[in-house]
Amino acid sequence: MSENRPKTQKKEPLSDRRKFILDMARGVGIASIGGFIWSAFIDEATASGLLLRPPGALKEKEFLKTCIKCGLCVEACPYDTLLLAKPGDNKPLGTPYFIPRETPCYMCPDIPCVPICPTGALDKSSLVVDNKLDINKADMGLAVIDDEHCIAFWGIQCDACYRACPLLGEAITVVYEKNERTGKHAFMKPLVHANICTGCGLCENACVTEKASIFVLPREVALGRAGNYYIKGWDAEDEKRLENASAIKTTTKISKKSALDSLNDVGDLY
Amino acid sequence: MARLWNNYRYLILRRITQIGLLVLYFGANHWGWTILMGNLSSSIFLDLVPLSDPYAALQMLVAGAFLATDLLIGVAIITIFYLLIGGRAFCSWVCPINIITDAAGYTRKLFDIDRNQKKQPASRNMRYWVLVLSLIISAVMGITAFEFISPISMVHRGIIFGLGFGWAAMLVIFLFDLFILKNGWCGHICPLGGFYALLGRFSLIKVEHKVENCTACMKCVTVCPEKQVLHMIDKQSMPVLSGECTNCARCIEVCDDEALNFSIRKLAKTKKWESKNENNS
Repeated sequence: MSENRPKTQKKEPLSDRRKFILDMARGVGIASIGGFIWSAFIDEATASGLLLRPPGALKEKEFLKTCIKCGLCVEACPYDTLLLAKPGDNKPLGTPYFIPRETPCYMCPDIPCVPICPTGALDKSSLVVDNKLDINKADMGLAVIDDEHCIAFWGIQCDACYRACPLLGEAITVVYEKNERTGKHAFMKPLVHANICTGCGLCENACVTEKASIFVLPREVALGRAGNYYIKGWDAEDEKRLENASAIKTTTKISKKSALDSLNDVGDLY
Repeated sequence: MARLWNNYRYLILRRITQIGLLVLYFGANHWGWTILMGNLSSSIFLDLVPLSDPYAALQMLVAGAFLATDLLIGVAIITIFYLLIGGRAFCSWVCPINIITDAAGYTRKLFDIDRNQKKQPASRNMRYWVLVLSLIISAVMGITAFEFISPISMVHRGIIFGLGFGWAAMLVIFLFDLFILKNGWCGHICPLGGFYALLGRFSLIKVEHKVENCTACMKCVTVCPEKQVLHMIDKQSMPVLSGECTNCARCIEVCDDEALNFSIRKLAKTKKWESKNENNS
């Protein structure tokens, strides 16, 4: 045992101020950990690309913050169409949705699921025409046809979706075309009209193929967007957009010179 | 039998209201009853009166959602109701999670887990941190943060509309309370409990202690899930003023000496107690 080794010095107790600062730092640190994990979880858990909401639902982002998850719409639905997302469904927890292939929306004229909503996440005013509720104004999604597997496109006669549609002859029409293969038959091809279809899913429910060849997708998923720089010159209403239009000038590397000079200057190529 | 009733009367009544409410909600969805429709987030009582969770509405507000009239009426009714009967009366008389955490607490006692882990590693003020955090996340992400993770709604909704993997949430809370933290969920973390605790400070019905009857047996403190609220036992006659008291009344029924009972708070007197306490500290 060496006598000359310095004794381990006892550390001074922490000052109150240091203790306070350390405790605060610890609290903020723990709160940050919790906050980031919580936020990340919510961000993932509320991603819902392919979900059909009840009639009158607000836009998905607004819907998610406004729906209180009480299930009153689910209870009001007389056909048990609406479901409430439960853990394991991989859908935003507690929010209402429906799966048309299992049970479609039967488009009740009095729309019992909507006026009962206490928060307005199902917006009654979006379904009112002339002071009356009109289910045909509903916009739950849009029916899309897979013409590879729809047997009507093969030439087999089937109009199940057309017959099932509550807006018969409006949301889905049948287009006649000559069947060149046989030379003597007609194709009777269903065609969905996006401006009328409500997305009720009665067609998807009625489709006779093993997996439905007509199915409802949320509108944001099913539809493209032309962008506001295309204007229908033949449509007087659409042309009005030109009235307040202004030119947009974009400056890039090659726009330093005039267009003609830029095109003529090919020196760099050789 | 009389003794059994005397020692468990409030516990029995609490289980009756907790399970009774679940039955009413369940019946609304499955058999079309109209007594109480919806769930604890928002309901309609007798096909007429809206009832809504004020904490959920608060999250909606900071998330930037529009608050509809029905919702605001429902929130007002629930807020006034719990201001009268004690904020956290929700926790012990209505919330279905209470049955799970009480079961965990009972199991802890049964297997002496309490005596094995004496030190509680977390502060009971955590619930207020979680409450603030939930509002910050709601504001930043524009979504009702707690409503998407709440095991209370998960379990309650699950019982009414279909459980899915909700049973896992029940099990997690049971195991957490059993092995990790005594009174862990209800007494430390739950921001809804924290919210009602803040509301309950101003509530009308309180448990009151009479020190002259007290024999200092400490049965009440042993049985209490929020022991810090019973600091006056054997010291001073006063009501339990802390909002963290759940008005579960276990202390009242285990007391053999009539030293604890419900009382309607006298506002003037309460002020005196509060100022007295401030002077003491």
